[in-house]
Amino acid sequence: MSRRVVITGAGTVNALGRDVPSTLAAMRAGRCGIDTLQMRDADRLAIRIGAQVGGYDEADHFNRQEIALFDRYTQFAILAAREALEQAGLTFAGEAAARAGVILGTSGGGLTTQDDNYRAVYEEGKNRVHPFVVPRLMNNAAAAHLSMEWNLKGPSFTVATACASSNHAIGQAFQFVRAGLSDVMITGGSEAMLCFGGVKAWEGLRVMSGDTCRPFCATRSGMVQGEGAGIFVLESLDHARARGAEILAEVAGVGMTSDAADIVMPSREGAERAMESALRDARLAPEEVGYINAHGTGTAANDKIESAAIAHVFGRHADALAISSTKSMHGHCIGATGAIELLACIMALRDGVIAPTVNWRERDPECALDVVPNEAREARVTACLSNAFAFGGMNAVLALRAA
Amino acid sequence: MTDLKTDEIRARVHEILAEQAMIDPASVTDESTPQELGIDSMGLVEAIFAIEEGFDITVPFNANAPEQSDFDISTVGAIVHAVERLVAAQK
Repeated sequence: MSRRVVITGAGTVNALGRDVPSTLAAMRAGRCGIDTLQMRDADRLAIRIGAQVGGYDEADHFNRQEIALFDRYTQFAILAAREALEQAGLTFAGEAAARAGVILGTSGGGLTTQDDNYRAVYEEGKNRVHPFVVPRLMNNAAAAHLSMEWNLKGPSFTVATACASSNHAIGQAFQFVRAGLSDVMITGGSEAMLCFGGVKAWEGLRVMSGDTCRPFCATRSGMVQGEGAGIFVLESLDHARARGAEILAEVAGVGMTSDAADIVMPSREGAERAMESALRDARLAPEEVGYINAHGTGTAANDKIESAAIAHVFGRHADALAISSTKSMHGHCIGATGAIELLACIMALRDGVIAPTVNWRERDPECALDVVPNEAREARVTACLSNAFAFGGMNAVLALRAA
Repeated sequence: MTDLKTDEIRARVHEILAEQAMIDPASVTDESTPQELGIDSMGLVEAIFAIEEGFDITVPFNANAPEQSDFDISTVGAIVHAVERLVAAQK
């Protein structure tokens, strides 16, 4: 059984907006969500910038009992899922519930809960923590709460492949629907790593920028962390048509590869194989692709290697391709980043608007592609790719077609 | 820490780099480059962490733009000199 798979709902929370329309408006405007980090002990950080979900008060969205159980990353996932499911207009009961599940990507899971409670026991010397620390911090908590909230009774789990988590999750959910194992899958990713310990750990690696994120720019100075969630409703084309649902885009294929080489350094060969595999899976000719949402972290290594990989896979067509890194606006949302970036792909396919790479100043001969610098662009795009190349050398590329 | 002489700093930097490269400290010279010792970019980040811990200093180093960092890592001798400067500045 091989079915076509479409997206019928999208939701998000990130530094650019608390929903999809405001996020897409910010991307169109080329607005950068990177700002000074607001958090406890920020004065002890060497890196003090990030793309935080600003002015967020959990009490505006959740009651006391919910807050006791929901880490920040779970809260983001629930808010984004609410938007996605409202748009899809789906509810789940009986057989429909059994045929639906949720696969989410996250890297840190309930990292804020871990950070807060380690601080309580180690720094503050407390000998007691809240009874729900474990169910709050666990990596599958967000997926579990989505299954409970929407009565999803089929396969549900969490995928953790660092910065590619969301793409692996979406790719997996796509395969479940395509293969007929499920009719509807809720998928995407969520991350809330902007806590003191989360930022401190990244500082250690010396790949973080102190000023801002400038992907593909000759003056790029590293990555900037973000946070948030992107959640999507995937269903079979027939299922969507039968109920008259609006289709946002088609998930046409996925490519997954491993570099099997280095724990942090990306590999051109692994990236190329992932893109080629996604094209093959989607039965797309390279010339059909009009846009690539790049992994584009803004590090010296990624942007150079990703540019070379794209040039090699697409040959002469690479010059006709628009490539942008929206991380320059919403930051690197780690395990959620592929999901948030999928919104830019949907905007390209559906609205004919390509999100820009902002903060770009100067051409790098080693990144000599059309990176849509600083300003969004109108273009007719019928197919696109979304790249994610994670630490660990684990790569996942999604291929999408216009509805 | 305040009385560290250049020779002591040199010896300790050589030791740290030798440990990172898993070689005998005697085979490290001021003229060696980190690459010649077999230290790659992430190895260098780890060695700089060891230097910070060992000398109780903060080294300005961004792995994305090593040449733009205010810490010369071109040779072992350059690293010794840069550490010496940071140790002196810390007094």
